[in-house]
Amino acid sequence: MITRRKLIANTLKGMAALSLPAAAFEILTPDRLNAIIYNDPAKVRYVFLVDTNKCVGCGLCVKACKNENEIPYDANVTRTWVERYIITRDERHEVLEKVFADSPKGARDGFITGQIDLGHGNIYMPKKEDIDKAFFVPKLCNQCDNPACVQVCPVGATYQADDGVVLIDRKWCIGCGYCVMGCPYGVRFFHPVHRVADKCNFCYHRIKKGMKTACVDACPFGARLIGNYKDPDDAVTRIINTKRVGVLKEEFGTRPQVFYLGLSMEVR
Amino acid sequence: MMVHGEAWTIKELFTYPNEYIYWSIQIVMYPFMTGLVAGAFVLSSLYHVFGIKQLKDIARFSLVFSFALLPCAPLPLLLHLQQPLRNMHVMMTPHFTSAIAAFGIVFVTYGAIVAAELWFLYRKHFVETALALKNKADKSAYETVMYHVNNLLTLGAHDISELALHRDERAIKIMAGIGIPVACFLHGYAGFIFGSVKANALWMTPLMPVIFIMSAVVSGIALCMITYIVTMEGRKFLAKRKAAACPGESCAEIESVEVNVIRMTAKYLLGFLVAAISLELLDLIFRGYTAVKSWDMLRRVIYGKDFYNIFVFQYGLGNLVPFILLLIPGLTIRRAVVGTLLVLLGVFMMRWNVVIGGQAFSLTFAGFMHYHLPIIPHDMETFREGLFGALFIIGSPYVLFFILNKIMPVFGMKESH
Repeated sequence: MITRRKLIANTLKGMAALSLPAAAFEILTPDRLNAIIYNDPAKVRYVFLVDTNKCVGCGLCVKACKNENEIPYDANVTRTWVERYIITRDERHEVLEKVFADSPKGARDGFITGQIDLGHGNIYMPKKEDIDKAFFVPKLCNQCDNPACVQVCPVGATYQADDGVVLIDRKWCIGCGYCVMGCPYGVRFFHPVHRVADKCNFCYHRIKKGMKTACVDACPFGARLIGNYKDPDDAVTRIINTKRVGVLKEEFGTRPQVFYLGLSMEVR
Repeated sequence: MMVHGEAWTIKELFTYPNEYIYWSIQIVMYPFMTGLVAGAFVLSSLYHVFGIKQLKDIARFSLVFSFALLPCAPLPLLLHLQQPLRNMHVMMTPHFTSAIAAFGIVFVTYGAIVAAELWFLYRKHFVETALALKNKADKSAYETVMYHVNNLLTLGAHDISELALHRDERAIKIMAGIGIPVACFLHGYAGFIFGSVKANALWMTPLMPVIFIMSAVVSGIALCMITYIVTMEGRKFLAKRKAAACPGESCAEIESVEVNVIRMTAKYLLGFLVAAISLELLDLIFRGYTAVKSWDMLRRVIYGKDFYNIFVFQYGLGNLVPFILLLIPGLTIRRAVVGTLLVLLGVFMMRWNVVIGGQAFSLTFAGFMHYHLPIIPHDMETFREGLFGALFIIGSPYVLFFILNKIMPVFGMKESH
């Protein structure tokens, strides 16, 4: 039964609901919110530069990263790793070449022998004269401009900061693994202690204080560099803008922000 | 220190250091169970919406069974999560760019529709049971509980006049009608979760949701058929043992009903099976014909590493053999049992080959990963994501069905419409 009192109350409620603008239901991302509040889009965009010509596969970067970011040392996951590529002639010395690649324990202990790890306990020792070329490629999170991992996180536990770095909220991640499956670069894994998704974040706690990442500091050959792409005078920015650089797996549309000098077509 | 996924993954050749089979048996179970839910519902709707009279007997059964399966569909996801206690975050802060974020909403919507349809279907029963028990003088403890449960379930609507029941029927029809697209969405959505992972060469295809829906209906019908046969056989057995205790029903009567229902249902099963196989083969042929970068690797997995799983268990034993078995005229119960069990195997293997097969190769396209299902659990993780975790999931709907059947009896009901 509708009383007069009820009718008036419901009318008021209805009007209040109608007056709510559609904008009240809009979900703002942190960087859009920042831009609105400070009227100041971020001045920093962290990018990374890897000069594969300088890498010798010593694995000091991997070691430093594991210690700095408390990834259990013996666990078979790592935030950064180094891959070794060995391109040999076929056994029958035909034109076709054979590509071998490995990264045992993420190259934590460095590549100290010529044996190639084929997985499952198998190794292969190519003859020296058969090797056409060999090189190392350090890998880390690409902090993509269009990160697939952020897109697929069902709870928003992984997100992109306004400086471009993709971060993970360890207190909010439910551990579904969708981001792990969504990343085309295989940089994500489950942290064995915290049991949530984990990956390289350019040592966010360091770069925010103006320091370099642990791997950059650990590299004795300057193969790894971090820079700010929004600063045109930055050394890394200048190299990216003036030299021939490549990125990994651009076909996925992720717009990776780790740039490589001396990238070869064999690199996966 | 063991990393998640390391216990059941064996790597071969060049894989990235962090790559493991992260989505294991429970993620196989998830689309399998969801498919059964959706399929059972579609089967019941064939009668309620399209008025296919021959399916009348199995329609009520499959609707209740779908409801029993429903809570078991998200269970595998819960067992799979690394932080299962945080599962509610998906509802609290849904991040809608993710295909998983809407799961709770879709799931609850579907659950509400099935619950509403069941309520309209059983309202008369609730009222009658409640009234009968209310007037009974000395109620046993069980009867007291049943009285309160039924009384509660009437939700205060005690009107069972002709007019009210007629309205119920219309409501059932509407609910079943809305339910079909929602059920298809529920499962097509599971397909989208896989099909939209652009990093995975095997999963990424727009056909994935459609393939999932078709195979879902196939598996749902098959499971309803086999469960129906088992319960009917049980009733036949009971009727035989105490012929007098089953008023109005004789063995022969039960048997003729059973065979008719099964023959009719099998026809629909075959129709959906043809659709499912066609789509799957289309996908395979298209991949082979276009042969993009990933095909080199997929070919080695499909025709090499997973050959037995795909061509022997899925297409051969799971599709072709039951197709022939169910197609030969004069279908007997025994043949139907074998056929439907094989169909279930086929759909399960399809889920397996998608989920596990999609992780059988490395993102490098230069290495493989082999999955070894943990059988004897030695810690919580190998239980949850092992054989026993999967068996727990498979068994749970039957327990629920047993309980639901006490409140909403599937058999021996006079259809109101």
